[in-house]
Amino acid sequence: MSPVTAAVLAAAVRAGTPVLFATLGEIFAERAGVLNLGVEGMMLASALAGFAVTARTSNPWIGAAAAAAAGGCLSVIHAFLSVTLRANQVASGLALTIFATGMSAFLGRGYVGVPGSGFQSAPIPLFAQIPVLGPVLFQQDPLVYLSYAAVPVAWYVLYRTRWGLEIRAVGEQPEAADAMGVDVARVRYACVIAGGVLAGLGGTFLSTAYTSMWIENMTAGRGWIALALVIFATWDPLRAVVGAYLFGGVNALQLHIQATGTSLPTYLLLMAPYVFTIVVLVIATQETARKRLGTPAALSVPYSRTG
Amino acid sequence: MRVSRWGRLSGVLLAGMLAVTLGLGPAPGAEKLKVGFVYVGPVADAGWTFAHDQGRRYLEGHANVATTKVESVPEGADSERVFTDLARKGYRLIVGTSFGYMDPMVKVAGEFPNVAFVHISGFKRAKNLATAFGRIEQPRYLTGLVAGSMTKSNIIGYVAAHPIPEVVRGINAFTLGVRATNPKATVHVVWSNTWYDPGQEKEAAESLLSIGADVLAQHQDSPAAIQAAAAHGKYAVGYNSDMSKFGPKTFLTAPVWDWGPMYLYFAKKVEAGTFAGEDVWWGMDRKVVDIAPIGPMVPAALKTMVMAKRTAMIAGKFNEFAGPIKDQNGKVRIAAGSALGDSAQLMMNWFVDGVVGTVPTK
Repeated sequence: MSPVTAAVLAAAVRAGTPVLFATLGEIFAERAGVLNLGVEGMMLASALAGFAVTARTSNPWIGAAAAAAAGGCLSVIHAFLSVTLRANQVASGLALTIFATGMSAFLGRGYVGVPGSGFQSAPIPLFAQIPVLGPVLFQQDPLVYLSYAAVPVAWYVLYRTRWGLEIRAVGEQPEAADAMGVDVARVRYACVIAGGVLAGLGGTFLSTAYTSMWIENMTAGRGWIALALVIFATWDPLRAVVGAYLFGGVNALQLHIQATGTSLPTYLLLMAPYVFTIVVLVIATQETARKRLGTPAALSVPYSRTG
Repeated sequence: MRVSRWGRLSGVLLAGMLAVTLGLGPAPGAEKLKVGFVYVGPVADAGWTFAHDQGRRYLEGHANVATTKVESVPEGADSERVFTDLARKGYRLIVGTSFGYMDPMVKVAGEFPNVAFVHISGFKRAKNLATAFGRIEQPRYLTGLVAGSMTKSNIIGYVAAHPIPEVVRGINAFTLGVRATNPKATVHVVWSNTWYDPGQEKEAAESLLSIGADVLAQHQDSPAAIQAAAAHGKYAVGYNSDMSKFGPKTFLTAPVWDWGPMYLYFAKKVEAGTFAGEDVWWGMDRKVVDIAPIGPMVPAALKTMVMAKRTAMIAGKFNEFAGPIKDQNGKVRIAAGSALGDSAQLMMNWFVDGVVGTVPTK
């Protein structure tokens, strides 16, 4: 394989990682029936938290923990509004994004334009030498490896554990789950918070691994892309990998096409993942297809026992 | 309602005090000129807005003014509110530093004919609305001389924001500089299609490094490309301000802005009552643009040559857009003996010979 191809694929993984984290998180929240449009805001706030704590402690892992905590804490706001108060989830999530965008800009003033430290590329011994996969998958930084682990774990939890069954039940038929003794509110809280924690890891990846800097609005819409990828992935963690790397790969590919000086119109390429998302959305509105795709039936519907 | 005697008396007293206060206020002549700045980004962006704020500080130190700044004002309707607010609060000179403020500024300038407005990088003017910019292409040419000499692979990468004339002009000036010191080198352009997305800019830089570029230049507001180059041990040319802290060992130099003297010029005009809706486009001779300190890795002979060229530019003896200049297809665009005029520069949408890449056509 030519070095350029390997570079594109490695870039696909790198660029896909922040959205992969956020997509996995949102899959959990939506599987439990809670739509959280606050992903972009949670990512931004935790990008700042991760950068700031890394700058102070010189340890990116402590920064990542702080970022995950920041994402988790912010998501509690959404959980409280949408689960406890049964507020409109769209409004609550949007409010969270707007709030976190402004707050991170305000709190982050002192960190803008400061060169930071962070995760370094850490090739995995032996694996990094594998001809094709080595340079693409195993010469990345530790947060990327963490995302590799997060995917099968998320899949296993959702489909092979009692927790996963409860989560999906709450997202499909909260009444039935409730009747069986599942605490709907507790499950929804847990999933929204898990979503916040994962979005937080995606955020800190941007500010301490992908680049080492903090600037206002540095997520540049990646949280919204994650929301689209949840649909693209039809609420399945394994397909989320495909979506995230496709998104990263298409973008990396168009940059490489430009760098080599080939004059191909790259706009069509850039649209591809979104066109597919729209197609999935169209299909997902059909009742028969909906079940097979996995759209949670109770998505964005607040649950209350009395009706 | 019946007002008591004490009430009436205190009312009279109050009115008297107010009159005294107003009468004893500062004499009109000594009043500080209030100057307001509206920025599109945060001051600490290490780039575009940082440079403008340095200009604001310079102005405070060199004139009897009181300044204020409003940061991170989005282009469009939001900015109109900010401009109106400043004008209402008595700011007599208001500066907007982003192209997208153009129409809001035109509108607000019409509503406040006694307030002077300066729009950076725009082209719509009014009696009380001037436009201003600097010939950043001059120092860009000089950074090209450095880049051309420092490359070993003869592949230079250029991370570019948007395909607009301002950016195209910069790429061309840079490339002319590169080819002047190294006719074999080519400048590969990647459009990031963002001004300010560190992730995307880093990825664009990576794509250029992967095709063998060993010097990167940029027309972006974040230092992501410099960081990416530094991580690979490759050289980088920055933009806006000295970004050497993002790549201490690999940062070559950068075309930089120094808005102070220009802001002083406008403030003096307002104070003298001679402000006009003129178009100001200054070069290195007026100090609004320059080249950042050249890094220690650059040989002394090259530094001397670049500084000699700089002196010639300042003296008006060298024009970076003087012919003969060919475009990418080998067609002569600027004939020998002539130079590219201002209006042609403002509409530049073609690449000079030596650029690898395309200007997307609409």
